[in-house]
Amino acid sequence: MSKINFLKPDKSNLNTFLYSGSFLFFLSILDVSINSFFSVNITSFFPDFLSFVLPLILGFIGLYFIRIELSGIKRLDHLNKHINTNNFNAILSLLIIFIIIKSIPPAASWLFINANFAGDSKDVCTGSGACWTYIKVWMRRFMYGMYPNGEQWRINLSFISLALLGSVGYFATDKFKKYLTLYYVVIYPFIAFLFIFFFISGGPVFFDFSYGIIAAIISIIFGFFIPSKFRFYYFLLVPLGLYILLKYFIFYEELIELGKLDGLNWVETGAWGGLSLTFIISFFCLIFCFPIGMAFALGRRSGFPLIRYISIGFIEFWRGVPLITVLFMSAVMFPMFLPEDFFIDKLIRAIIAISLFEAAYVAEVIRGGLQALPRGQYEAAKSLGMGYWKMHIFVILPQALKLVIPGIANTFLALVKDTPLIFVVGLLELVGMLNLAKTNPEWLGFAMEGYVFAAIIFWIICYAMSKYSYNLEQKYKTDR
Amino acid sequence: MNFKLKDIIPQLITVLAVVLVFGFFTYNAQVNMENRGIDFGYGFLSQESSFDVQFSLIEYDGSHSYFRAYLVGLLNTILVSVIGIIFATILGVIVGIARLSSNYLINKFAAFYVEFFRNIPLLLQLFFWYFAALRTLPLPQDAESIFGVFYLTIKGLYVPAFVWENLNIFFYTLIVALISIIIIRIYAKKIQESQGKQIPVLLISIGLILFLPFLSFLIGGVSLSFEIPKLKQLAATSFVYEGGLSLPPELIALTLALSLYTATFIAECVRAGVQGVGKGQKEAAASIGLTPNQVLKLVVMPQALRIIIPPTTNQYLNLTKNSSLAAAIAYPDIVLVFAGTALMQTGKAIEIVSITMFTYLSLSISISLLMNWYNKKIAIQEK
Repeated sequence: MSKINFLKPDKSNLNTFLYSGSFLFFLSILDVSINSFFSVNITSFFPDFLSFVLPLILGFIGLYFIRIELSGIKRLDHLNKHINTNNFNAILSLLIIFIIIKSIPPAASWLFINANFAGDSKDVCTGSGACWTYIKVWMRRFMYGMYPNGEQWRINLSFISLALLGSVGYFATDKFKKYLTLYYVVIYPFIAFLFIFFFISGGPVFFDFSYGIIAAIISIIFGFFIPSKFRFYYFLLVPLGLYILLKYFIFYEELIELGKLDGLNWVETGAWGGLSLTFIISFFCLIFCFPIGMAFALGRRSGFPLIRYISIGFIEFWRGVPLITVLFMSAVMFPMFLPEDFFIDKLIRAIIAISLFEAAYVAEVIRGGLQALPRGQYEAAKSLGMGYWKMHIFVILPQALKLVIPGIANTFLALVKDTPLIFVVGLLELVGMLNLAKTNPEWLGFAMEGYVFAAIIFWIICYAMSKYSYNLEQKYKTDR
Repeated sequence: MNFKLKDIIPQLITVLAVVLVFGFFTYNAQVNMENRGIDFGYGFLSQESSFDVQFSLIEYDGSHSYFRAYLVGLLNTILVSVIGIIFATILGVIVGIARLSSNYLINKFAAFYVEFFRNIPLLLQLFFWYFAALRTLPLPQDAESIFGVFYLTIKGLYVPAFVWENLNIFFYTLIVALISIIIIRIYAKKIQESQGKQIPVLLISIGLILFLPFLSFLIGGVSLSFEIPKLKQLAATSFVYEGGLSLPPELIALTLALSLYTATFIAECVRAGVQGVGKGQKEAAASIGLTPNQVLKLVVMPQALRIIIPPTTNQYLNLTKNSSLAAAIAYPDIVLVFAGTALMQTGKAIEIVSITMFTYLSLSISISLLMNWYNKKIAIQEK
């Protein structure tokens, strides 16, 4: 056995260093754990300061002893490589381990051990932990807002049906697959709209909206039969004309009657709220902002200078202002711009505002994808005799959109995270309902529980979305 | 130039549509304002505002004009943005570097932080800090001091105030130091290009910027003292701190939320930037005999910064725009003071909302112009 030099751990005395090092390391962790879990300070015979930093010193010496390169023990080498490369890393690793050990007991005690789950009134919440009873009692409000209790099945039914219809893509046979894009772009939004219009609203709120949607659907369907030469002018003029025709001349009374399904009460949008409103708003904004953004992205790269400048102006305007001022505008300024007898529901105004706002961001993302495509793609498409629209729909956009999946996903994530801002126009989704609930005199003092609950829900939604977009990105990755 | 009808018609139709929409809106606005008896104009800006703002950087009370109120809001927005940007940058750079660490624990800890704070709406975080976390702070009389000078209470953070004498001399020396640093840098570059010698510019710069202002204390007659906040009893159970600076809890909550949220995005920018520098670059630099420090300074950092700076500026802009969420917790920023209170009092919806939007717009357009100029300057010159 060679001489042991404690200042320079080496392989020849491996066992000595290994045993003494691990012993010191475990001693330090034991000290912190006992202190944290049982609130007993086993080093209390030392002066305060020493007793506080002792675990760090012990752990540091321990890690120093076991830092032996190429020891031949696989686990030790692994450990050294990952948390113990040098003195600085050793201290940081120790600090993080201590922080984790220290924060487990209070968090667990607040969240679970001392928390109240039972009961249905404030009186049961006597412990020092969280009062989950509060969440339980207010659950319906957090999910559905002020929507009448007896009618909430309508929201559930709509969401479940839409989720089922949305998953059609997974079960589609090869024969049906080529129509999937058409289904998701045109038919599915239309069905979703009908559900929200008939079941969730059940009344005249969405009328102006419905004319627009119907006009758009009819003109898109007939658009396929129009020669491509005139299609541009067709889409500029016909939907608007159809909308005016529908609204003022045909179907006016009929549609109002149609809206009032037997046995369904009208629930005004002011009563909508909670998490379901977050979903509704995100869904509609997502549907609207995508085509608008695509149009402006193409417009910004257009060869016509006037169209380009208008697009640039639009995009830079919306990107330059905060969403909250846009919503302010939709709440106080926009009604001034409309004819006097013309009323647009505040939910629709909010949806329009958020859609336009996010469309500008989508446009910039898509423009990035368009710019990343090599010129050869455009030239090849042109050399095959394709016109502008054919070239973009069949060659350019499919490739560009594939490239920008992460960017689009980030924009949609931002959209979901921005929905709480609709409190500006007086709509209360989940976060707004929380703020309302915490001012209820019977349930004062449970703000923390509410925010933690909402944070968990939003975190799950956003994290799932980002993971899904990552999978999508991997799936459509093409080597070029 | 040959004008074709095919080129003109689409543009004409688009312009016509835009003009029609705007014309429709203006016409309606005119009719509506006439009906309600509101006249359009910016004259109200010079009228007396007659409302109070609880926190302002410049002197302000109800007898000042609406324009002054606008300035108060704007300055408060800028204040919270600047503080937020400073903290977000520091935290973001640290977390970004931690994400690159080979230490498994540090790496995962940073990743956890980023994934956690990025996926929760900013408004929710703001409410959490303001309505839940800061409400658990002690009352002024129960507060324990931090280092004997700071007091963190439910009514805000109290810090010592700086009391300067001859502050302008101090600033002059600072300016002189900055100018001499720039001259030395230019000189050092010239020397390096002509003779290949390296002058320790960084050390000289740090020395200058510390030494010259220090000199102003010794011979310039500049002096600095601190005014430490002291507890004062107003009534039996009502206490406040007097003296020193007080930062309202709204400001603290806003700064916390903004910097914790934005730092996650900055961290990702930093990580992407450093990872974006190819391994070959470092190896090539090492193979021509540069020391590790020189590799970092001359090869890695310039290339990484080229990737990091544009998206980070974007995040700064986002932070500034997000600071408008202040209205939700009643921090008197431009949205709350001007688009909120002033709008309620005057009813000038179009004027006030347009001024507010124009303020944000000019701020972000000027920064993006600056960024475009910078991008062009640092872009790789391809041949």
